[in-house]
Amino acid sequence: MRWASHVRRAAPTLVLLAAVVGLWEVVVQAANTPAWLWPSPAAVARSLADDDGLLARNAWVTAREMLLGFALAAAVGMLLAALLHFSAAVRRAVYPILVASQTVPVVVLAPILVVAFGYGLLPKLAIVALVCFFPVVVGMSDGLRSADRQYRRLMLTLDAGALDLFRRVELPASLPALFSGLRIAAAYAAIGAVFGEWAGSGSGLGYVMQQAAPALATPRIFASVVLLTAMALALFGAVTLVERLAVPWSRDAAA
Amino acid sequence: MQDLIETSVETATAVELAGVSKRYGDVLALDRADLTVRRGERVALLGPSGCGKSTLLALIAGLEEPDGGALAVGGATDARERLAQCALMPQRDLLLPWRSALDNACLALENQGLSRAEARRRAQPLFAELGLAEFERARPSELSGGMRQRVAFLRTLLAGKDVLLLDEPFGALDSLTRAALQGWLRDALDRERRTVLLVTHDVEEALLLADRVAVLSPRPGRVLAEVAVDLPPGTRRELVVSAPFLELREQILEALE
Repeated sequence: MRWASHVRRAAPTLVLLAAVVGLWEVVVQAANTPAWLWPSPAAVARSLADDDGLLARNAWVTAREMLLGFALAAAVGMLLAALLHFSAAVRRAVYPILVASQTVPVVVLAPILVVAFGYGLLPKLAIVALVCFFPVVVGMSDGLRSADRQYRRLMLTLDAGALDLFRRVELPASLPALFSGLRIAAAYAAIGAVFGEWAGSGSGLGYVMQQAAPALATPRIFASVVLLTAMALALFGAVTLVERLAVPWSRDAAA
Repeated sequence: MQDLIETSVETATAVELAGVSKRYGDVLALDRADLTVRRGERVALLGPSGCGKSTLLALIAGLEEPDGGALAVGGATDARERLAQCALMPQRDLLLPWRSALDNACLALENQGLSRAEARRRAQPLFAELGLAEFERARPSELSGGMRQRVAFLRTLLAGKDVLLLDEPFGALDSLTRAALQGWLRDALDRERRTVLLVTHDVEEALLLADRVAVLSPRPGRVLAEVAVDLPPGTRRELVVSAPFLELREQILEALE
Protein backbone atom coordinates (compact mmCIF):
# COMPACT_ATOMS: atom_id res chain seq x y z
CA MET A 1 0.00 0.00 0.00
CA ARG A 2 2.66 2.51 1.06
CA TRP A 3 5.08 1.18 -1.53
CA ALA A 4 2.45 1.53 -4.20
CA SER A 5 2.02 5.20 -3.38
CA HIS A 6 5.79 5.75 -3.42
CA VAL A 7 6.02 4.14 -6.85
CA ARG A 8 3.14 6.25 -8.11
CA ARG A 9 4.81 9.41 -6.90
CA ALA A 10 8.17 8.50 -8.44
CA ALA A 11 6.63 7.32 -11.72
CA PRO A 12 6.64 10.67 -13.60
CA THR A 13 10.34 11.22 -12.80
CA LEU A 14 11.29 7.71 -13.82
CA VAL A 15 9.34 7.97 -17.07
CA LEU A 16 10.95 11.32 -17.90
CA LEU A 17 14.41 9.99 -17.06
CA ALA A 18 13.87 6.89 -19.19
CA ALA A 19 12.67 9.06 -22.07
CA VAL A 20 15.73 11.33 -21.90
CA VAL A 21 18.14 8.39 -21.68
CA GLY A 22 16.32 6.64 -24.52
CA LEU A 23 16.41 9.71 -26.75
CA TRP A 24 20.07 10.24 -25.93
CA GLU A 25 20.87 6.66 -26.95
CA VAL A 26 18.93 6.97 -30.20
CA VAL A 27 20.51 10.30 -31.18
CA VAL A 28 24.06 9.13 -30.43
CA GLN A 29 23.50 5.91 -32.37
CA ALA A 30 21.95 7.72 -35.33
CA ALA A 31 24.67 10.37 -35.52
CA ASN A 32 27.33 7.72 -34.98
CA THR A 33 29.15 9.98 -32.50
CA PRO A 34 32.41 8.50 -31.19
CA ALA A 35 32.34 7.54 -27.52
CA TRP A 36 35.28 9.80 -26.62
CA LEU A 37 33.30 12.81 -27.88
CA TRP A 38 29.86 12.03 -26.47
CA PRO A 39 29.24 8.51 -25.19
CA SER A 40 25.86 6.81 -25.42
CA PRO A 41 24.14 5.66 -22.22
CA ALA A 42 25.06 2.12 -23.18
CA ALA A 43 28.74 3.09 -23.32
CA VAL A 44 28.46 4.73 -19.89
CA ALA A 45 26.81 1.60 -18.53
CA ARG A 46 29.59 -0.52 -20.03
CA SER A 47 32.17 1.69 -18.33
CA LEU A 48 30.32 1.28 -15.03
CA ALA A 49 30.52 -2.48 -15.46
CA ASP A 50 34.08 -2.72 -16.83
CA ASP A 51 35.70 -0.22 -14.48
CA ASP A 52 33.73 -1.42 -11.47
CA GLY A 53 36.76 -2.04 -9.28
CA LEU A 54 38.38 1.31 -10.00
CA LEU A 55 35.13 3.23 -9.70
CA ALA A 56 34.06 1.51 -6.48
CA ARG A 57 37.42 2.13 -4.84
CA ASN A 58 37.41 5.81 -5.72
CA ALA A 59 33.70 6.29 -5.07
CA TRP A 60 34.33 5.07 -1.56
CA VAL A 61 37.08 7.67 -1.11
CA THR A 62 34.77 10.44 -2.28
CA ALA A 63 31.85 9.14 -0.22
CA ARG A 64 34.01 9.24 2.88
CA GLU A 65 35.02 12.83 2.19
CA MET A 66 31.41 13.78 1.63
CA LEU A 67 30.12 12.08 4.76
CA LEU A 68 32.84 13.25 7.12
CA GLY A 69 32.81 16.78 5.70
CA PHE A 70 29.05 16.92 5.93
CA ALA A 71 29.10 15.66 9.52
CA LEU A 72 31.76 18.22 10.42
CA ALA A 73 29.74 21.00 8.79
CA ALA A 74 26.55 19.89 10.56
CA ALA A 75 28.26 19.80 13.96
CA VAL A 76 30.09 23.09 13.57
CA GLY A 77 27.08 24.75 11.95
CA MET A 78 24.66 23.75 14.69
CA LEU A 79 27.07 24.74 17.44
CA LEU A 80 27.70 28.10 15.81
CA ALA A 81 23.98 28.72 15.32
CA ALA A 82 23.34 28.01 19.00
CA LEU A 83 26.18 30.34 19.96
CA LEU A 84 24.85 33.12 17.74
CA HIS A 85 21.43 32.57 19.27
CA PHE A 86 22.61 32.98 22.83
CA SER A 87 24.72 36.06 22.37
CA ALA A 88 23.54 39.06 20.40
CA ALA A 89 27.06 40.48 20.53
CA VAL A 90 28.59 37.35 19.00
CA ARG A 91 25.84 37.38 16.41
CA ARG A 92 26.54 40.95 15.37
CA ALA A 93 30.27 40.25 15.21
CA VAL A 94 30.23 36.91 13.43
CA TYR A 95 27.26 36.99 11.07
CA PRO A 96 28.67 39.50 8.54
CA ILE A 97 31.95 37.57 8.45
CA LEU A 98 29.99 34.39 7.88
CA VAL A 99 28.21 35.91 4.90
CA ALA A 100 31.47 37.33 3.56
CA SER A 101 33.14 33.91 3.86
CA GLN A 102 30.62 32.57 1.39
CA THR A 103 31.65 35.02 -1.31
CA VAL A 104 35.13 33.49 -1.47
CA PRO A 105 35.02 31.04 -4.38
CA VAL A 106 35.80 27.52 -3.20
CA VAL A 107 37.59 26.83 -6.48
CA VAL A 108 40.17 29.40 -5.47
CA LEU A 109 40.33 28.23 -1.90
CA ALA A 110 40.86 24.56 -2.68
CA PRO A 111 44.48 24.81 -3.95
CA ILE A 112 45.41 26.98 -0.97
CA LEU A 113 44.08 24.35 1.40
CA VAL A 114 45.97 21.66 -0.45
CA VAL A 115 49.17 23.64 -0.01
CA ALA A 116 48.39 24.01 3.68
CA PHE A 117 47.15 20.50 4.45
CA GLY A 118 48.68 18.30 1.77
CA TYR A 119 47.15 15.63 -0.47
CA GLY A 120 45.31 13.70 2.20
CA LEU A 121 41.79 13.65 3.54
CA LEU A 122 42.05 16.85 5.53
CA PRO A 123 41.85 19.52 2.78
CA LYS A 124 38.86 17.72 1.24
CA LEU A 125 37.09 17.62 4.58
CA ALA A 126 37.76 21.31 5.02
CA ILE A 127 36.39 22.18 1.59
CA VAL A 128 33.28 20.02 1.92
CA ALA A 129 32.64 21.44 5.38
CA LEU A 130 33.18 24.96 4.08
CA VAL A 131 30.52 24.70 1.37
CA CYS A 132 28.13 22.75 3.61
CA PHE A 133 28.16 24.63 6.86
CA PHE A 134 26.65 27.90 5.67
CA PRO A 135 23.13 26.60 4.91
CA VAL A 136 23.23 24.72 8.23
CA VAL A 137 24.05 27.85 10.24
CA VAL A 138 21.51 30.01 8.43
CA GLY A 139 18.79 27.35 8.60
CA MET A 140 19.19 26.62 12.29
CA SER A 141 19.76 30.26 13.18
CA ASP A 142 16.48 31.27 11.54
CA GLY A 143 14.79 28.24 13.05
CA LEU A 144 15.85 29.13 16.56
CA ARG A 145 14.23 32.52 16.16
CA SER A 146 11.08 31.13 14.58
CA ALA A 147 9.32 30.28 17.86
CA ASP A 148 6.43 32.63 18.47
CA ARG A 149 6.98 35.40 21.04
CA GLN A 150 3.87 34.09 22.78
CA TYR A 151 5.75 30.89 23.64
CA ARG A 152 8.46 32.91 25.35
CA ARG A 153 5.90 34.63 27.53
CA LEU A 154 4.13 31.39 28.28
CA MET A 155 7.37 29.68 29.25
CA LEU A 156 8.28 32.58 31.52
CA THR A 157 5.10 32.10 33.52
CA LEU A 158 5.90 28.38 33.63
CA ASP A 159 9.19 29.06 35.45
CA ALA A 160 11.44 28.53 32.45
CA GLY A 161 14.99 29.86 32.41
CA ALA A 162 16.85 30.64 29.18
CA LEU A 163 18.14 27.09 28.97
CA ASP A 164 14.66 25.58 29.51
CA LEU A 165 13.31 27.81 26.78
CA PHE A 166 16.11 26.71 24.47
CA ARG A 167 15.78 22.99 25.17
CA ARG A 168 12.01 22.68 25.26
CA VAL A 169 10.84 25.31 22.78
CA GLU A 170 13.45 26.97 20.59
CA LEU A 171 15.52 23.92 19.72
CA PRO A 172 12.59 21.69 18.68
CA ALA A 173 11.04 24.64 16.85
CA SER A 174 14.27 25.11 14.89
CA LEU A 175 14.38 21.54 13.55
CA PRO A 176 12.32 22.00 10.36
CA ALA A 177 14.49 24.95 9.25
CA LEU A 178 17.65 23.12 10.34
CA PHE A 179 16.75 20.13 8.19
CA SER A 180 16.09 22.38 5.20
CA GLY A 181 19.64 23.66 5.65
CA LEU A 182 20.99 20.13 6.03
CA ARG A 183 19.29 19.02 2.82
CA ILE A 184 20.90 21.87 0.88
CA ALA A 185 24.23 21.01 2.51
CA ALA A 186 23.81 17.36 1.46
CA ALA A 187 23.42 18.46 -2.14
CA TYR A 188 26.56 20.61 -1.92
CA ALA A 189 28.73 17.91 -0.36
CA ALA A 190 29.48 16.15 -3.66
CA ILE A 191 30.53 19.39 -5.36
CA GLY A 192 32.84 20.21 -2.46
CA ALA A 193 34.47 16.79 -2.53
CA VAL A 194 35.16 16.95 -6.27
CA PHE A 195 36.62 20.45 -6.01
CA GLY A 196 38.89 19.24 -3.28
CA GLU A 197 40.07 16.28 -5.35
CA TRP A 198 40.66 18.39 -8.44
CA ALA A 199 42.88 20.70 -6.46
CA GLY A 200 45.19 17.85 -5.61
CA SER A 201 44.75 14.18 -4.78
CA GLY A 202 45.61 10.67 -5.83
CA SER A 203 42.18 9.13 -5.46
CA GLY A 204 38.45 9.82 -5.51
CA LEU A 205 35.94 10.23 -8.31
CA GLY A 206 37.20 13.76 -8.99
CA TYR A 207 40.67 12.33 -9.52
CA VAL A 208 39.27 9.60 -11.81
CA MET A 209 37.58 12.26 -13.96
CA GLN A 210 40.74 14.29 -14.08
CA GLN A 211 42.75 11.29 -15.22
CA ALA A 212 40.13 10.15 -17.71
CA ALA A 213 39.83 13.46 -19.55
CA PRO A 214 43.28 13.58 -21.20
CA ALA A 215 43.02 9.84 -21.96
CA LEU A 216 39.74 10.57 -23.78
CA ALA A 217 38.02 7.96 -21.59
CA THR A 218 34.86 10.03 -21.70
CA PRO A 219 32.49 7.16 -20.78
CA ARG A 220 34.40 6.85 -17.50
CA ILE A 221 33.87 10.56 -16.76
CA PHE A 222 30.17 10.08 -17.31
CA ALA A 223 30.17 6.96 -15.14
CA SER A 224 31.83 8.96 -12.37
CA VAL A 225 29.19 11.66 -12.67
CA VAL A 226 26.46 9.03 -12.43
CA LEU A 227 28.00 7.61 -9.27
CA LEU A 228 28.53 11.07 -7.79
CA THR A 229 24.91 11.99 -8.43
CA ALA A 230 23.74 8.74 -6.87
CA MET A 231 25.83 9.42 -3.77
CA ALA A 232 24.54 12.97 -3.41
CA LEU A 233 20.97 11.70 -3.81
CA ALA A 234 21.57 9.02 -1.21
CA LEU A 235 22.87 11.57 1.29
CA PHE A 236 19.93 13.86 0.54
CA GLY A 237 17.54 10.93 1.01
CA ALA A 238 19.19 9.93 4.27
CA VAL A 239 18.78 13.47 5.64
CA THR A 240 15.13 13.47 4.61
CA LEU A 241 14.62 10.12 6.31
CA VAL A 242 16.22 11.31 9.54
CA GLU A 243 14.04 14.41 9.39
CA ARG A 244 10.90 12.29 9.17
CA LEU A 245 11.94 10.41 12.28
CA ALA A 246 13.15 13.44 14.21
CA VAL A 247 10.42 15.90 13.26
CA PRO A 248 7.24 13.85 12.97
CA TRP A 249 5.08 16.82 13.98
CA SER A 250 5.98 18.90 10.92
CA ARG A 251 3.85 16.58 8.83
CA ASP A 252 0.94 16.97 11.28
CA ALA A 253 0.99 20.69 10.67
CA ALA A 254 1.01 20.22 6.92
CA ALA A 255 -1.88 17.75 7.04
CA MET B 1 0.81 42.03 67.43
CA GLN B 2 0.66 44.85 64.96
CA ASP B 3 3.00 42.85 62.76
CA LEU B 4 0.72 39.85 62.87
CA ILE B 5 -2.25 41.82 61.69
CA GLU B 6 -0.19 43.41 58.96
CA THR B 7 0.96 40.05 57.64
CA SER B 8 -2.44 38.44 57.81
CA VAL B 9 -3.93 41.33 55.88
CA GLU B 10 -1.13 41.06 53.41
CA THR B 11 -1.51 37.34 52.83
CA ALA B 12 -5.27 37.63 52.52
CA THR B 13 -4.84 39.85 49.48
CA ALA B 14 -3.58 37.97 46.46
CA VAL B 15 -3.60 40.70 43.83
CA GLU B 16 -3.82 44.41 44.28
CA LEU B 17 -3.94 47.12 41.61
CA ALA B 18 -4.13 50.81 42.50
CA GLY B 19 -4.45 53.31 39.68
CA VAL B 20 -2.56 51.13 37.20
CA SER B 21 -2.06 52.64 33.75
CA LYS B 22 -0.37 51.20 30.69
CA ARG B 23 0.31 52.79 27.37
CA TYR B 24 1.65 51.37 24.10
CA GLY B 25 3.02 54.23 22.04
CA ASP B 26 0.15 56.65 21.66
CA VAL B 27 -2.48 54.16 22.74
CA LEU B 28 -3.57 54.21 26.36
CA ALA B 29 -4.51 50.59 27.03
CA LEU B 30 -5.33 50.86 30.72
CA ASP B 31 -6.37 53.99 32.59
CA ARG B 32 -6.01 54.02 36.36
CA ALA B 33 -7.45 50.57 36.96
CA ASP B 34 -8.18 49.57 40.57
CA LEU B 35 -8.78 46.02 41.65
CA THR B 36 -8.29 43.91 44.74
CA VAL B 37 -8.51 40.14 44.66
CA ARG B 38 -8.52 38.13 47.88
CA ARG B 39 -6.65 34.86 48.18
CA GLY B 40 -8.79 32.02 46.88
CA GLU B 41 -11.22 34.35 45.21
CA ARG B 42 -12.31 34.02 41.58
CA VAL B 43 -12.73 37.26 39.75
CA ALA B 44 -13.91 37.65 36.17
CA LEU B 45 -12.74 40.64 34.17
CA LEU B 46 -15.50 41.37 31.72
CA GLY B 47 -15.35 43.88 28.96
CA PRO B 48 -15.55 44.51 25.22
CA SER B 49 -12.77 43.32 22.90
CA GLY B 50 -9.63 45.43 23.05
CA CYS B 51 -10.39 47.00 26.41
CA GLY B 52 -7.03 46.08 27.86
CA LYS B 53 -8.06 42.90 29.65
CA SER B 54 -5.14 40.89 28.34
CA THR B 55 -2.81 43.78 29.14
CA LEU B 56 -4.04 43.66 32.70
CA LEU B 57 -3.17 39.98 32.97
CA ALA B 58 0.28 40.49 31.43
CA LEU B 59 0.92 43.24 33.97
CA ILE B 60 -0.18 41.15 36.92
CA ALA B 61 1.86 38.18 35.67
CA GLY B 62 5.01 40.28 35.67
CA LEU B 63 5.47 40.01 31.92
CA GLU B 64 5.12 43.77 31.62
CA GLU B 65 5.49 46.79 33.87
CA PRO B 66 2.83 49.44 34.42
CA ASP B 67 3.53 53.03 33.36
CA GLY B 68 1.72 54.37 36.38
CA GLY B 69 0.12 53.21 39.62
CA ALA B 70 1.01 50.40 41.97
CA LEU B 71 0.69 46.68 41.46
CA ALA B 72 1.35 43.83 43.86
CA VAL B 73 0.90 40.06 43.84
CA GLY B 74 1.00 38.44 47.26
CA GLY B 75 2.52 41.66 48.54
CA ALA B 76 5.38 41.59 46.02
CA THR B 77 5.74 44.39 43.51
CA ASP B 78 8.87 43.14 41.74
CA ALA B 79 8.12 41.70 38.29
CA ARG B 80 10.21 38.59 38.91
CA GLU B 81 8.42 37.88 42.16
CA ARG B 82 5.05 38.44 40.51
CA LEU B 83 6.06 36.00 37.78
CA ALA B 84 6.93 33.41 40.39
CA GLN B 85 3.40 33.49 41.79
CA CYS B 86 1.33 33.59 38.61
CA ALA B 87 0.57 31.08 35.90
CA LEU B 88 -0.95 32.37 32.69
CA MET B 89 -3.25 30.46 30.38
CA PRO B 90 -3.09 32.37 27.09
CA GLN B 91 -5.91 32.76 24.58
CA ARG B 92 -4.28 30.41 22.12
CA ASP B 93 -3.54 27.06 23.71
CA LEU B 94 0.13 27.22 22.59
CA LEU B 95 0.59 23.49 23.10
CA LEU B 96 3.97 22.38 21.83
CA PRO B 97 3.39 20.12 18.81
CA TRP B 98 6.41 17.95 19.63
CA ARG B 99 5.14 17.02 23.08
CA SER B 100 2.35 14.65 24.00
CA ALA B 101 -0.65 16.02 25.89
CA LEU B 102 0.76 14.76 29.18
CA ASP B 103 4.22 16.19 28.52
CA ASN B 104 2.72 19.54 27.57
CA ALA B 105 0.95 19.62 30.90
CA CYS B 106 4.26 18.71 32.59
CA LEU B 107 6.16 21.68 31.15
CA ALA B 108 6.27 23.77 34.33
CA LEU B 109 7.27 20.78 36.47
CA GLU B 110 10.17 20.04 34.15
CA ASN B 111 11.19 23.69 34.12
CA GLN B 112 11.19 23.54 37.90
CA GLY B 113 13.81 20.82 37.71
CA LEU B 114 11.87 17.57 37.95
CA SER B 115 12.87 14.70 35.71
CA ARG B 116 10.41 13.89 32.98
CA ALA B 117 9.43 10.62 34.63
CA GLU B 118 8.80 12.32 37.97
CA ALA B 119 6.85 15.14 36.32
CA ARG B 120 4.67 12.61 34.50
CA ARG B 121 4.05 10.69 37.68
CA ARG B 122 2.76 13.85 39.33
CA ALA B 123 0.63 14.99 36.42
CA GLN B 124 -0.97 11.63 35.75
CA PRO B 125 -3.54 11.60 38.59
CA LEU B 126 -4.82 15.03 37.62
CA PHE B 127 -5.22 13.89 34.04
CA ALA B 128 -7.42 11.05 35.17
CA GLU B 129 -9.38 13.18 37.61
CA LEU B 130 -10.20 15.78 35.02
CA GLY B 131 -11.35 13.36 32.37
CA LEU B 132 -8.28 13.24 30.15
CA ALA B 133 -7.10 9.76 31.10
CA GLU B 134 -7.06 8.31 27.58
CA PHE B 135 -5.41 11.29 25.94
CA GLU B 136 -2.09 11.36 27.78
CA ARG B 137 -0.05 10.16 24.84
CA ALA B 138 -1.99 11.97 22.13
CA ARG B 139 -0.17 14.66 20.22
CA PRO B 140 -1.82 18.12 20.21
CA SER B 141 -2.67 17.80 16.51
CA GLU B 142 -4.77 14.76 17.37
CA LEU B 143 -6.87 16.62 19.94
CA SER B 144 -10.03 18.64 19.40
CA GLY B 145 -10.10 22.32 20.27
CA GLY B 146 -11.89 21.62 23.55
CA MET B 147 -9.43 18.93 24.57
CA ARG B 148 -6.52 21.20 23.76
CA GLN B 149 -7.90 23.87 26.08
CA ARG B 150 -8.27 21.31 28.84
CA VAL B 151 -4.64 20.29 28.46
CA ALA B 152 -3.63 23.96 28.43
CA PHE B 153 -5.55 24.48 31.65
CA LEU B 154 -3.88 21.50 33.28
CA ARG B 155 -0.51 22.88 32.23
CA THR B 156 -1.41 26.12 34.01
CA LEU B 157 -2.68 24.31 37.08
CA LEU B 158 0.37 22.06 37.37
CA ALA B 159 2.66 25.07 37.54
CA GLY B 160 1.57 25.06 41.18
CA LYS B 161 1.15 28.82 41.38
CA ASP B 162 -1.24 30.59 43.76
CA VAL B 163 -2.65 32.85 41.10
CA LEU B 164 -4.14 31.53 37.87
CA LEU B 165 -4.59 34.06 35.09
CA LEU B 166 -6.96 32.75 32.44
CA ASP B 167 -7.11 34.86 29.29
CA GLU B 168 -10.34 34.10 27.43
CA PRO B 169 -9.68 30.40 27.78
CA PHE B 170 -12.61 29.34 25.63
CA GLY B 171 -12.74 32.30 23.27
CA ALA B 172 -11.87 30.31 20.17
CA LEU B 173 -14.30 27.45 20.78
CA ASP B 174 -17.76 26.86 19.36
CA SER B 175 -20.63 27.58 21.74
CA LEU B 176 -21.49 23.94 22.48
CA THR B 177 -17.93 23.02 23.36
CA ARG B 178 -17.60 26.21 25.33
CA ALA B 179 -20.67 25.42 27.41
CA ALA B 180 -19.31 21.96 28.18
CA LEU B 181 -15.92 23.33 29.15
CA GLN B 182 -17.41 26.00 31.40
CA GLY B 183 -19.03 23.25 33.45
CA TRP B 184 -15.79 21.31 33.41
CA LEU B 185 -13.71 24.28 34.52
CA ARG B 186 -16.21 25.06 37.30
CA ASP B 187 -15.69 21.58 38.70
CA ALA B 188 -11.94 21.72 38.24
CA LEU B 189 -11.67 25.05 40.04
CA ASP B 190 -13.87 23.80 42.87
CA ARG B 191 -11.48 20.93 43.36
CA GLU B 192 -8.37 23.14 43.36
CA ARG B 193 -9.02 26.23 45.36
CA ARG B 194 -6.75 28.86 43.81
CA THR B 195 -6.94 32.57 43.22
CA VAL B 196 -8.33 33.02 39.73
CA LEU B 197 -8.49 35.99 37.40
CA LEU B 198 -10.53 35.15 34.36
CA VAL B 199 -10.71 37.44 31.36
CA THR B 200 -13.79 37.00 29.22
CA HIS B 201 -16.28 38.86 27.06
CA ASP B 202 -19.00 36.33 27.77
CA VAL B 203 -21.36 37.43 30.58
CA GLU B 204 -22.62 33.90 31.25
CA GLU B 205 -19.10 32.56 31.48
CA ALA B 206 -18.19 35.25 33.98
CA LEU B 207 -21.21 34.49 36.17
CA LEU B 208 -20.71 30.73 36.04
CA LEU B 209 -17.05 30.76 36.94
CA ALA B 210 -16.47 33.76 39.18
CA ASP B 211 -17.33 34.93 42.70
CA ARG B 212 -17.12 38.49 41.53
CA VAL B 213 -17.30 40.21 38.16
CA ALA B 214 -15.32 43.37 37.42
CA VAL B 215 -16.78 45.20 34.46
CA LEU B 216 -14.26 47.08 32.33
CA SER B 217 -14.90 50.05 30.06
CA PRO B 218 -13.90 50.15 26.38
CA ARG B 219 -10.31 51.36 25.81
CA PRO B 220 -8.72 52.83 27.79
CA GLY B 221 -9.82 50.17 30.24
CA ARG B 222 -11.08 51.18 33.66
CA VAL B 223 -13.00 49.16 36.18
CA LEU B 224 -16.56 50.50 35.82
CA ALA B 225 -18.39 48.31 38.31
CA GLU B 226 -17.95 45.24 40.46
CA VAL B 227 -20.74 42.74 40.89
CA ALA B 228 -20.63 40.05 43.56
CA VAL B 229 -21.86 36.69 42.31
CA ASP B 230 -23.61 34.57 44.89
CA LEU B 231 -25.43 31.82 43.11
CA PRO B 232 -26.86 28.69 44.69
CA PRO B 233 -25.13 25.44 43.71
CA GLY B 234 -26.52 23.77 40.63
CA THR B 235 -25.66 22.58 37.18
CA ARG B 236 -24.90 25.00 34.41
CA ARG B 237 -28.24 24.28 32.74
CA GLU B 238 -30.24 24.96 35.87
CA LEU B 239 -28.28 28.08 36.72
CA VAL B 240 -28.44 29.93 33.43
CA VAL B 241 -32.24 30.06 33.56
CA SER B 242 -32.57 30.75 37.31
CA ALA B 243 -33.93 34.09 38.49
CA PRO B 244 -30.82 35.27 40.41
CA PHE B 245 -28.63 34.46 37.43
CA LEU B 246 -30.77 36.46 35.05
CA GLU B 247 -30.91 39.33 37.48
CA LEU B 248 -27.10 39.48 37.77
CA ARG B 249 -26.82 39.24 34.02
CA GLU B 250 -29.11 42.21 33.63
CA GLN B 251 -27.09 44.15 36.17
CA ILE B 252 -23.85 43.52 34.32
CA LEU B 253 -25.24 44.31 30.89
CA GLU B 254 -26.48 47.58 32.30
CA ALA B 255 -23.03 48.42 33.63
CA LEU B 256 -21.53 47.64 30.25
CA GLU B 257 -23.73 50.19 28.47
